[in-house]
Amino acid sequence: MTAAEDPFIPLPYCVGRVRRETGDTASLELLPLAGPRPSFKAGQFNMLTAFGVGEVAISMSGDPAETEGFVHTVRNVGAVSGALARLETGAALGLRGPFGTAWPTEEAIGADVLIVAGGLGLAPLRPAIYEVLARRERYGRVVLLYGTRSPRDILYRAEMGRWRRRLDVDIEITVDHADPAWHGNVGVVPRLIPRMSFDPQNTFAMVCGPEVMMRFTASALHEAGVSFERIWISMERNMKCAIGLCGHCQFGPDFICKDGPVMRYDRIASLLAVREI
Amino acid sequence: MAQDGLSVGVKAVIGREEIGALIAALSARGWRVLGPRVRDGAIIYDDVAGLDDLPAGWTDTQEAGRYRIERRTDAALFGYAVGPHSWKRFLHPPVERLWQARREGDKVTIIAEKNDEKFAFLGVRACELAAIMVQDRVFMEGPYPDTAYRKRRENTFLIAVNCGEAGGTCFCVSMKTGPKAQAGFDLALTELIEGERHEFLVEVGSEAGGAVLADLPRRPAAPEDIAAAEAVTARTANAMGRTLETEGLKELLQGNPEHPRWDDVAQRCLACANCTMVCPTCFCTTIADVSALDGTAERVRKWDSCFSLDFSYIHGGSVRKETKSRYRQWMTHKLAHWIDQFGTSGCVGCGRCITWCPVGIDITEEAASIRADSGKCQEGGNGRA
Repeated sequence: MTAAEDPFIPLPYCVGRVRRETGDTASLELLPLAGPRPSFKAGQFNMLTAFGVGEVAISMSGDPAETEGFVHTVRNVGAVSGALARLETGAALGLRGPFGTAWPTEEAIGADVLIVAGGLGLAPLRPAIYEVLARRERYGRVVLLYGTRSPRDILYRAEMGRWRRRLDVDIEITVDHADPAWHGNVGVVPRLIPRMSFDPQNTFAMVCGPEVMMRFTASALHEAGVSFERIWISMERNMKCAIGLCGHCQFGPDFICKDGPVMRYDRIASLLAVREI
Repeated sequence: MAQDGLSVGVKAVIGREEIGALIAALSARGWRVLGPRVRDGAIIYDDVAGLDDLPAGWTDTQEAGRYRIERRTDAALFGYAVGPHSWKRFLHPPVERLWQARREGDKVTIIAEKNDEKFAFLGVRACELAAIMVQDRVFMEGPYPDTAYRKRRENTFLIAVNCGEAGGTCFCVSMKTGPKAQAGFDLALTELIEGERHEFLVEVGSEAGGAVLADLPRRPAAPEDIAAAEAVTARTANAMGRTLETEGLKELLQGNPEHPRWDDVAQRCLACANCTMVCPTCFCTTIADVSALDGTAERVRKWDSCFSLDFSYIHGGSVRKETKSRYRQWMTHKLAHWIDQFGTSGCVGCGRCITWCPVGIDITEEAASIRADSGKCQEGGNGRA
């Protein structure tokens, strides 16, 4: 029995470059030890195993067009993610994937693209940003709104700076708590939406962040005239298997691992309104 | 083997003693024979070596929150309904190693499990056969089949035993799963007891079943034998302990996530997870990674329950903190979302969740109660269109 035949068996990978993004967050390049890296779509995730500690679902944060390894941005929030975030170049780990649904970067061709990220939610959106910017001429206006707790928590700082200098992307960053050096926006990210320029009748919105942030963002987008069918969010639930067999990630009739994580808002809006569903 | 076997659909009659010969024939062919036994005051499933291991002359009485075994006046081998075990514990074991990893220097080698055991299940009820087919859909018919389950399932020999007794919490008639096994078995038995007569009508359900039956002393079934067997299951069908109205049930539950009955049941539910452990279709698992000092690590898969707080934990807290939302998840999944996910209800009407609930919560009563006053609540559904 090989790993290719059994989706429960992780493949061996090793850590390539490591970039410490913030105090508790690192981006790891993961290189396959055997065979080529499988292709993936923006929005999909892998199951990463720290041997002897456990396994956790983490979205890809790298460019799907680059073929060498996977990039995952990991925040230390528990035993497994902590063990992963502390890995150094050369360390071995296990990987299963890719799993799940993708951002609608193909469907959005010809339309305005509004990307709204909260906190670590920027990581699963970054592959979509790469795809849109790589074929920038195929889209209308491109807007990126990003909210974090504080200026210290801003991810991909150098890259954000490069994107901000582009004249064909509108980027706004807002923080919940400013420090004395911060001269930018303060407040929650949905408040930025009415200020931005896009055609609500012809916009695809891709939203990722805490569930409450995604609900308020969807409401603000809806008020601005974007229909729920054009809003996509990436859901998070406990996952043990990633292949629809462990039952943990159920969200109504859907399994977030295979029917998500990227889901069209109109299909789940009524369930999102139910507490503890 | 086909030339000396009996073809599918053939019916024959064997004596009570031939059940021992059947166990021996299966063992001789390399199957590990599992069947009913009396242990710790219950009829459970474990290895059986011969006729003497079977629960001869025992029955069970069941009600919500109550299970007792009692003596029968006859020597029936299968004169009970179902106990706390189901065949799930063999096909989808409570604890199962998925793989081991060994580290040598920088290199990590992952070793898969073999799963080459061959099971023969003796005494599979019609509802349990239906439950196995439900889990077949879950584990084998999705985009990622479960390799270990599939290997075990393909090597399993199933001997159904049609029910001669309805348990007090049974409702297989409502779920259209019993009490007579219709398909999916290798052999199906109906126990015929009348005065001094104690025989079994045997029906061949597969080529493998026909080959095994061909080894046993038997006589062809006469029309009276077949009629007697039909009468047994007809009598059982008329004695169901419970009913569940399934018409529109999916829409009813998906359309009522805020029904006050969920608060009501949460006042009684202990969130103990018994219902999910005894359910023959509940499939949820968690994983545990364990490492040893010698550099090996392994991943173990264990049954889990949507009634635990941990089940829905993501950093920041559990999604389903209240018992109300956990009971709602279990019952709505079982009776409604399952149909969206796997094209079948997740309930087979075996009644175990009612019997083994320490406070006697009855899924049929909860569903009926939501149906009785669903008019007050929102219309529409949360299922897939």
